[in-house]
Amino acid sequence: MLKTSQKKPEKLIDENDVRLDGRKLNEVRPVKIEVGVLGNADGSAYIEQGKNKILAAVYGPKEVHPKHLALPDRAVLRCRYHMAPFSVEERKSPAPSRRELELSKVIRESLEPSIFTEYYPRTSIDLFIEVLQADGGTRCAGITVASVALADAGIPMRDLVSACAAGKVEGRIVLDLTDVEDKAGEADMPLAYMPNANAITLLQMDGMLTSEEFEQVVNLALDGCKQVGQIQKEALRAKYVVAKEAEAEKEEAEEGEE
Amino acid sequence: MSSIMASRVRQKRIAQLISHGKRLDGRGLTDYREVQVEAGLIERAEGSARVRLGKTEVLVGVKFEMGEPFPDVPNEGVLTVNAELVPLASPTFEPGPPDENSIELARVVDRGVRESKAIALEELCIEPGKKTFIVFVDVYVLNHDGNLIDASCLAALAALLNTKMFNYEVKEGEVKIKPGYKPLPLRNYPVAVTFAKINDKLVVDPWLEEEQVMDARLTMTVEKDGKICAIQKGGYGYFTAEQVFEASKIARQKAEEQRKLVVKE
Repeated sequence: MLKTSQKKPEKLIDENDVRLDGRKLNEVRPVKIEVGVLGNADGSAYIEQGKNKILAAVYGPKEVHPKHLALPDRAVLRCRYHMAPFSVEERKSPAPSRRELELSKVIRESLEPSIFTEYYPRTSIDLFIEVLQADGGTRCAGITVASVALADAGIPMRDLVSACAAGKVEGRIVLDLTDVEDKAGEADMPLAYMPNANAITLLQMDGMLTSEEFEQVVNLALDGCKQVGQIQKEALRAKYVVAKEAEAEKEEAEEGEE
Repeated sequence: MSSIMASRVRQKRIAQLISHGKRLDGRGLTDYREVQVEAGLIERAEGSARVRLGKTEVLVGVKFEMGEPFPDVPNEGVLTVNAELVPLASPTFEPGPPDENSIELARVVDRGVRESKAIALEELCIEPGKKTFIVFVDVYVLNHDGNLIDASCLAALAALLNTKMFNYEVKEGEVKIKPGYKPLPLRNYPVAVTFAKINDKLVVDPWLEEEQVMDARLTMTVEKDGKICAIQKGGYGYFTAEQVFEASKIARQKAEEQRKLVVKE
């Protein structure tokens, strides 16, 4: 077993309230989303959030196998969150861990409220999230990218789901924790949000928070979700609106030639 | 044969009553069912407790094993929580490897105990980096009538309070168990409080039929000083921020009531 990791730094937040990666306390890591990155999937997207690199793919709505899992009144959403063996410091066995099984469940439950599953009875919508590189907050980035992939698949949705964690590190309330901050910090609270319905669809927490801190952390996480939501929309616009405009321009130019 | 699902008429009635602030079993929206706690009924286990929450019944056993500490915390003992949804507890439980529901249950119980630092794990270490006690907390669901999380967390806490540790001495690198026991060193007492959202209202301690009607579920685990130490949302619905804040206030109050049933100080 190779150990390349450096020793944990003594301070995660310096005297000027700057974090190890240069961010302010209430700042999200740089987020980059690409839409439609996989050839075979009905919808797909890729996200980079700091050092997190995650792919999401959607297949469906399609026939359910095995058949007995089909629901008469709506589609079943199935979700697999999985981490690549090379995505973390110490190689992770590719077999699904208990953590991955729990996350698959909570991610599914965070996205299902956004989908009009009743439009597609007796079908399944299969969602795959592959974490290629992890640096804390992968379930949130996974939800964010999965929601974009669902939109890319053309599945009717009430709203995009955006997710972001907030927590407490060295006594301070901070947004979007990295792996080091999560491990050394006092609390981490992943949260997913649908802004149009004012709906929190994922909420988990481990650590210790007083009730005042709890309210601060929830509000900060909601703020992070809204920031992430903007980037999701821009990514979808970049693929669909910009592409449509380019197409229209091309047509106009062709008409002009005639 | 008992049916698994409440009838549509009954489901509708449950939801209607709740929007009027009432419940089918006569409880108020923030009332728990009757709780019975019995500790120490499994002699072979180092600690055990059975909790009955209405008709929900959960047995928790604590066992010790000797093993290696984790490399990142070489001078701490190891805590492992597992949950079994035993097929005799419900017609919906199937034998086989743990499914996502039992894994979620175990991980929520684990989070409460771990994050509140309930067990003084550093006192379980025998030889830093080499040998330590591993505490196995096994949650055994015996009858499922809703709200397994709160029943399991309470039973786990009662079982840990009931747990006896070996006296031992280390001689020439060998661990010798000596006669006599001491209590497991505990520092905190986490208690989980679970809400169901039905017709946009929060209800505490949902029973099985309410769980079938609920839109979403929210668990808040509260430690002895009233801090929140774990949260888990479940189900296909959602909560508003206001509902989450309301839940955290109710949870603090309810956790204290529930804690008194188990922790006698």
